Amino acid sequence: MTATIDFDIDGPAAPPRSNGELVFEEPWQSRAFGLVMSLHESGAFTWEEFRAELISAIATWEEQETPGEEYSYYQCWLSALEQVSISSELVTASDLSGRARDLALRPAGHDHDHDHGHDHDHDHDHDH
Amino acid sequence: MSKAQPSSDRIPMNLRTEALEQLLVERGLVDPQVMDTFIKTYEKDVGPLNGAQVVAKAWTDPEFKQRLLDDGTGAIAELGFKGPQGEHLVVVENSAEVHNVVVCTLCSCYPWPLLGLPPAWYKDPAYRSRVVREPRTVLAEMGLELPTDTEITVWDSSSEVRFFVLPQRPPGTEELSEAELAALVTRDAMVGVAQVSA
Repeated sequence: MTATIDFDIDGPAAPPRSNGELVFEEPWQSRAFGLVMSLHESGAFTWEEFRAELISAIATWEEQETPGEEYSYYQCWLSALEQVSISSELVTASDLSGRARDLALRPAGHDHDHDHGHDHDHDHDHDH
Repeated sequence: MSKAQPSSDRIPMNLRTEALEQLLVERGLVDPQVMDTFIKTYEKDVGPLNGAQVVAKAWTDPEFKQRLLDDGTGAIAELGFKGPQGEHLVVVENSAEVHNVVVCTLCSCYPWPLLGLPPAWYKDPAYRSRVVREPRTVLAEMGLELPTDTEITVWDSSSEVRFFVLPQRPPGTEELSEAELAALVTRDAMVGVAQVSA
C-alpha cells in the first residue's frame, strides 16, 4: 500500500495536473517535498536557508551541465534538502551515506518502496 | 564557502531520500503523518482552480480587484487562500497595452496557494533564462503571439515577492457567472504565458 498514488485519476478528486503532468513524477520526489515541508514547519530550518541551498544546487547543476543529461529539478531539491539538514545538524553526511549504502545492500525483492510512511521499524522486519 | 558534500551522489535518488527520511523519523524530527498530509494536500487539493476563482472574482467585483492589486496576500486571504509561498503576493494586471509574464530566475518561487506547485517548464533552465532575454520569442514558442505594440513586462519572483498575473477578461463573456468565468481561466494565463479565451 502506498500513501501517495491511491487517487482516482479522472474523478473529482483527481490531483492538480499541469498539461497532463502529475505534480510528482516519482514517489521519492513527493517524499523529498514532504520532508522539506515538515522540517520547515517544525522550525528545523527557515525557508530562506532551504532556498539558498536550492539556488546553489541549481546553479551547480547548470555550471556542470553535461550534454544529454536531463535536468532534474527534484535532484537539486534533494541535494538542497541534504545540505540544509547537514548544516542544521539534523544529520551528518556520514550518517546519510552510511544509511543509503545499507539500503542499497538490501536483498533483491525487498520491496521496501511500498512501506513508505507506514513502517519505519526496520529492526523488526519479518517475512509474510 | 566550503561545504560538507554528501558522498552519496552516485546512490539512486530514491535511496538517498529514503535514507534521509528514515534518519529524520527515527530521531523524531519528522512525523510521517504530518509529512503525508503535506504531500496529499499538494497532490490533491491545492491547484490552479484557486487562482481561477481569484481571477473571476476580480473580473466581477471591482472593489475586490482593487484590494487584490493593492494587497495581494490580504485579498486572497479573504477567499481562504493562504499558506506557504503565499506571503508577499503581488498581482500584476494585463491590459491591451501591457502583457505580464512571471519567472523565477534563480529557482522556482511560485504562488503555491493560488496555483499549486509549478509545472516542469516553469522550473526548466531554458525557460528561466530565456524568458528574461527574449520574452516575445519564448511566448510565441509557447503559443502566445502578441501584437508587436504590446509591451511585455517580465517579473522575477523571489522569496521576497511572488507575482501572479491577472489576465484580461475575454470579450463576449459579459453574461457569464463568476463560476463560469473561473472555468475559463488556465494556469498558464495566470503565469502569463497564455491569454484567456472564451
